[in-house]
Amino acid sequence: MKKNKADPKGVLTGTHFLDGDFSLAEGALAAGCRFFGGYPITPSTETAERFSERIPRVGGVFIQMEDELGTMAVLIGASWAGKKAMSVTSGPGFSLMMENLGLACMLETPLVLANVQRGGPSTGLPTLTGQQDMMQARWGSHGDYEIIAISPDSPQECFDFTIEAFNLSEKYRVPVLVMTDECVGHMHEKVVIPPAEEIEVSERKLYKGPKDQYLPFKPDKDGIPPMVKAGDGYQFHVTGLTHDERGYPVINAECQDWCVRHLVDKIKNNADDIIQIEEDQTDSAEVVVVSYGISSRVAVRAVNKARKEGLKVGNLRLITVWPFPEKRIRKLAKDVKAFVFPEINYGQVVHELERCAGGQCKVVGVPHMGGGVHNPDDIYKVIKEAAK
Amino acid sequence: MNKEKPRHPVEQFLRMDRMPHIWCPGCGIGTVVTSFTEALRKGEMDLDKVCVVSGIGCTGRVAGYIKLDSFHTTHGRAVPFATGLKLGNPELNVVVFSGDGDIVGIGGNHFIHAARRNMDLTIIVVNNFNYAMTGGQVAATTPIEANASTSPYGNFEYPFSIPYLAEASGATYVARWTALHIRRITKSIQEAMAKPGFSVVEVITPCVTLYGRRNRLGDGLNILKYYYDQSEIQHNADPRNINISYQGKLIVGKFVDKEKPTFLDAMNQHLNKVLGDDYQKYGKIREDQQ
Repeated sequence: MKKNKADPKGVLTGTHFLDGDFSLAEGALAAGCRFFGGYPITPSTETAERFSERIPRVGGVFIQMEDELGTMAVLIGASWAGKKAMSVTSGPGFSLMMENLGLACMLETPLVLANVQRGGPSTGLPTLTGQQDMMQARWGSHGDYEIIAISPDSPQECFDFTIEAFNLSEKYRVPVLVMTDECVGHMHEKVVIPPAEEIEVSERKLYKGPKDQYLPFKPDKDGIPPMVKAGDGYQFHVTGLTHDERGYPVINAECQDWCVRHLVDKIKNNADDIIQIEEDQTDSAEVVVVSYGISSRVAVRAVNKARKEGLKVGNLRLITVWPFPEKRIRKLAKDVKAFVFPEINYGQVVHELERCAGGQCKVVGVPHMGGGVHNPDDIYKVIKEAAK
Repeated sequence: MNKEKPRHPVEQFLRMDRMPHIWCPGCGIGTVVTSFTEALRKGEMDLDKVCVVSGIGCTGRVAGYIKLDSFHTTHGRAVPFATGLKLGNPELNVVVFSGDGDIVGIGGNHFIHAARRNMDLTIIVVNNFNYAMTGGQVAATTPIEANASTSPYGNFEYPFSIPYLAEASGATYVARWTALHIRRITKSIQEAMAKPGFSVVEVITPCVTLYGRRNRLGDGLNILKYYYDQSEIQHNADPRNINISYQGKLIVGKFVDKEKPTFLDAMNQHLNKVLGDDYQKYGKIREDQQ
């Protein structure tokens, strides 16, 4: 994997007081993103506004598209032209983007999409928080595919993880979702942006062989096919149809088997490299609280309260939500009495946790319908009950 | 020494390893493809920089047969995909090659906005008056009274006139021909590709298997000839007055050819004016726009 130092032009080195939305934009610029397409939607618009102000001074393009359908399409086009491309949205826009998110997966196109989640369904709570698009992030477009989703819980992480999202996207030729929410998006905190030479950015692997022998979907030994840029003389073809290594459509079960397995396995087989989790006192725990995004900050308070009362409580935070850390959960499930999982939804990722726990321990969700974060005491009560 | 087999001049632009194509005998799409490849041959352009983007449908399959960087995308999204390519690398000459359903039906919103922005793209719209790939359903271009599989008693919805829509939305080059105007299509595509700005070339083509059969219009050659005979060349005709009626007269010609800064011209000029030296110019600036 080719790693470079960040281009200093895009890096706003210093200590800032920024909200999460602004930090998403700064992270992208630091990662080398020079193309932003988007459509305004609360509570994510500040990212687009920041981009539109910053990118003319950095060298790149900002375009406000006519809708989110066109937004995803414009990103894929820009990515094949060689740009690192990004957009940001929230629930209703996310739904429209599912169409071409599928195309991005099918064409194995690197790009980053942030979802500053709000309460749903439908127009729901435009200005208030939610974590209700987590299953849509995993399964929202039709067909079988794998995707990467990362969940920051602070403006600093919005900066750091957007860089990480670009790096993973370039490495695995897959769209990466940054699943944050209204709370983090509108929260102002200290954000430290390091000097460019301390930021590592990954670049997509480019094909180097003879021009007439380029196969857009022939995996290298590492499972990832190298890319080329449009306009470099390879005369390549790509299609959203089921295709072979040449990128030519082949409409039969055998090719479908090869094509889908490749899209899924390139992520599944590299899960250990992709997945990041944070654990705290899980080894000796009887109850482990699992959480992601803003809910992980609320969970800490509940965990601390329970620990003060002598309960053996561990904390496991999903930085990467998709792919899900199946291996780790299976192992932990043998050693603990219960998992407790607060999410700002009626129960989404908890089902995946339950599947991986495989009946070896209790799994208790702590639902919150959205519009705010959990009261830590509500989580605490569930921990206490689960520890019995 | 191996003697090379003589090749048809079109072959160099086609993915011959994908032949035969899927189009029906008598279909007009192949004719438009031939005109396009002629335009490429005559145009003396850097073919490495030419990209073809298609959406979905019969004409959507064109990208799969053209031996250039070619993209077969989603239904209706060829124009924004092409926009991404063009903005991602302004040196590319990007052609959208798709059908009426793709461009002005499901993709209508993208079409008018790309025209409004004067995005530097060439749009070749093959108009066969129906959704052919899915079995001949009524389209946004089906003339009133024409029969389609989802308008079995005849269509009663007002259709779009593609040149009028394009011109009203801001296109800088608009032409319409029938599939038998082979040399004129070629010339229009050449002009459209050379034109910086949003260029639209509509080609009225026979759909023998569906629209033609359902409306009892005869075989491919008949329809081709019929459209040609019904056509009347009126360059610079007012696009408001060139609606297509069922089996009526077809006004063809070059309707719009004007100068206007493209999206990228306008972006570079405006931001340079406002930001001065702080502005990082994007892409090569054309001489006449400096």
